[in-house]
Amino acid sequence: MQNISSNKTKENVMQAVFFLSASVSVIALVAICLFLLLRGIPAIAEIGFFKFIFNEKWAPVNTPASYGILSMIVGSVYVTAGAIIIGVPIGLMCAIFLAQFCPANIYNVLKSAVNLLAGIPSIIYGFFGMEIVVPFVREYFGGNGFSIMSASIILGIMILPTIISISESSIRAVPESYAEGSFGLGATKEETVFKVVVPAAKSGVLTSIILGIGRAVGETMAVVMVAGNSVMPLDKIELLKPIRTMTTNIVTEMSYASGLHESSLIATGVVLFVFVLILNTALSLIKSKSIRN
Amino acid sequence: MEAFKTEGNLKKRKIISIVLKTAVWFCGILTVGILVYILLFILVRGIPNINMEFLFGEYNSETLSALSSIVATIEMIAISLVIAVPIGVFCAIYLTEYAKRGSRAVKIIRLAVDTLAGIPSIVYGLFGMILFVNILGFRASILSGVCTISIMILPVIISTSEEAIKSVPDMYREGSLGLGATRLRTVFKIVLPAAMPGILSGVILAIGRIVGETAALIFTSGTNVMKNPTLNLHSSQRTLAIHMYMLASEGLPHSKDMAFATGAILIVIVFLVNFAAEKLANRIGRQ
Repeated sequence: MQNISSNKTKENVMQAVFFLSASVSVIALVAICLFLLLRGIPAIAEIGFFKFIFNEKWAPVNTPASYGILSMIVGSVYVTAGAIIIGVPIGLMCAIFLAQFCPANIYNVLKSAVNLLAGIPSIIYGFFGMEIVVPFVREYFGGNGFSIMSASIILGIMILPTIISISESSIRAVPESYAEGSFGLGATKEETVFKVVVPAAKSGVLTSIILGIGRAVGETMAVVMVAGNSVMPLDKIELLKPIRTMTTNIVTEMSYASGLHESSLIATGVVLFVFVLILNTALSLIKSKSIRN
Repeated sequence: MEAFKTEGNLKKRKIISIVLKTAVWFCGILTVGILVYILLFILVRGIPNINMEFLFGEYNSETLSALSSIVATIEMIAISLVIAVPIGVFCAIYLTEYAKRGSRAVKIIRLAVDTLAGIPSIVYGLFGMILFVNILGFRASILSGVCTISIMILPVIISTSEEAIKSVPDMYREGSLGLGATRLRTVFKIVLPAAMPGILSGVILAIGRIVGETAALIFTSGTNVMKNPTLNLHSSQRTLAIHMYMLASEGLPHSKDMAFATGAILIVIVFLVNFAAEKLANRIGRQ
């Protein structure tokens, strides 16, 4: 009897431990939101919401100082869009290749390659970009190489594994009968894949693109090494000119910032966080929609 | 479907098919090509620069030794795993074995885990700087870095562990419970051992993330480098990835060589990590 009751205590204690461990994620998320907002919101209030978000003049060390991050928001949008333009077609085609065309004997090699691409640290991508992509852009497209274009190329490569692996599994999840129906109507393999199978996998493909956007918009170290990081007035932003994004704004100035300048960098992080939350919401909408279907 | 009906342009359809097939092959090969290019680029220029001085020497402007960073990286990995693995695995146990399916708690926890997984590392870095470095007064130190990165790797440990535990057949649990074992005993003696390869592959992925992390650590564990590496948690030491960043951004020829060398070490680690994770995944597949 003693044994059973001690078992019961143990069971209850451990159940509490499991529950507490599970709530750590929730607590951590709440803490992250709380502390970022606690430091970021007062700064935004002091600067003024409109002057912070919709002003392109970033001059924190001037007197009077100006803390507008519009140029960096636009910068983040541009490099992310560039990454999508480069990464999505290549990634999606590669996913189609892996799921439908790849000979079985090289499949494992390709799969390992994609996993390895996902595992390479962003600092390596950044260094590669600095040493190879930047000189390449300088040589063949002009400018000094540190540019939106270089950042887009590096980010496009970095989001490949995300696009490929999620698109591949969603293409694989399309029922065999879809393809059989199409073959039965006389379509070729390629027509079947592109007109029947891939469209049926579109919610998975969309998910992969949104995750890719999330990775690109939040990437810091790789971008800081190739983008040049100058704050550009909106009308001077060009494909081959340097750019500063929200993430690189934080990382380039945090080491010497203090006071309102430091808080304004944290506020930049808050804006970035809001972007990511919007993406997450989009993701869960897609998920719930595809479950309903 | 309309395209299939038009018999007349059979030739055009054939051509389009060939073009598509070529494009698909091209993108597959391109992806592998990019990977090989990056790897070779770093390894070919990095490996010749790795020497004993660099690996084990005292840090000065000549050696630019990575020893302090190697020690800091290992310390960071070990302590973060000690913190995050039990929490992550216990969370997965709660979600799969204890919580009622579809209950409100599960939904909230899942949402939190998914959101944490999507937060950019620079935001983790800001959070760590505000809470651990400033408010809790840990300063820029390994300790602040460990606290930050433990939260960051939680989602990957939770989701891989959850998958692994879910894939253990219910038969196992029923057998154990039928023999009179308690739920707790069933979890620890039956379910966890069966799920171990999956959990381990999550742990290995987490190691990969810690090794490659820069943005979350640069303002928490800092960019300091020690002449003589220490295990003191309160000292600020840069990890390997940050070492590489600092060397690369100095822009001197010698430091660039050493950035290549550091990059080569990182790539070798990533190789090993991926290899181990894949081996484990294959073992699960065979079961």
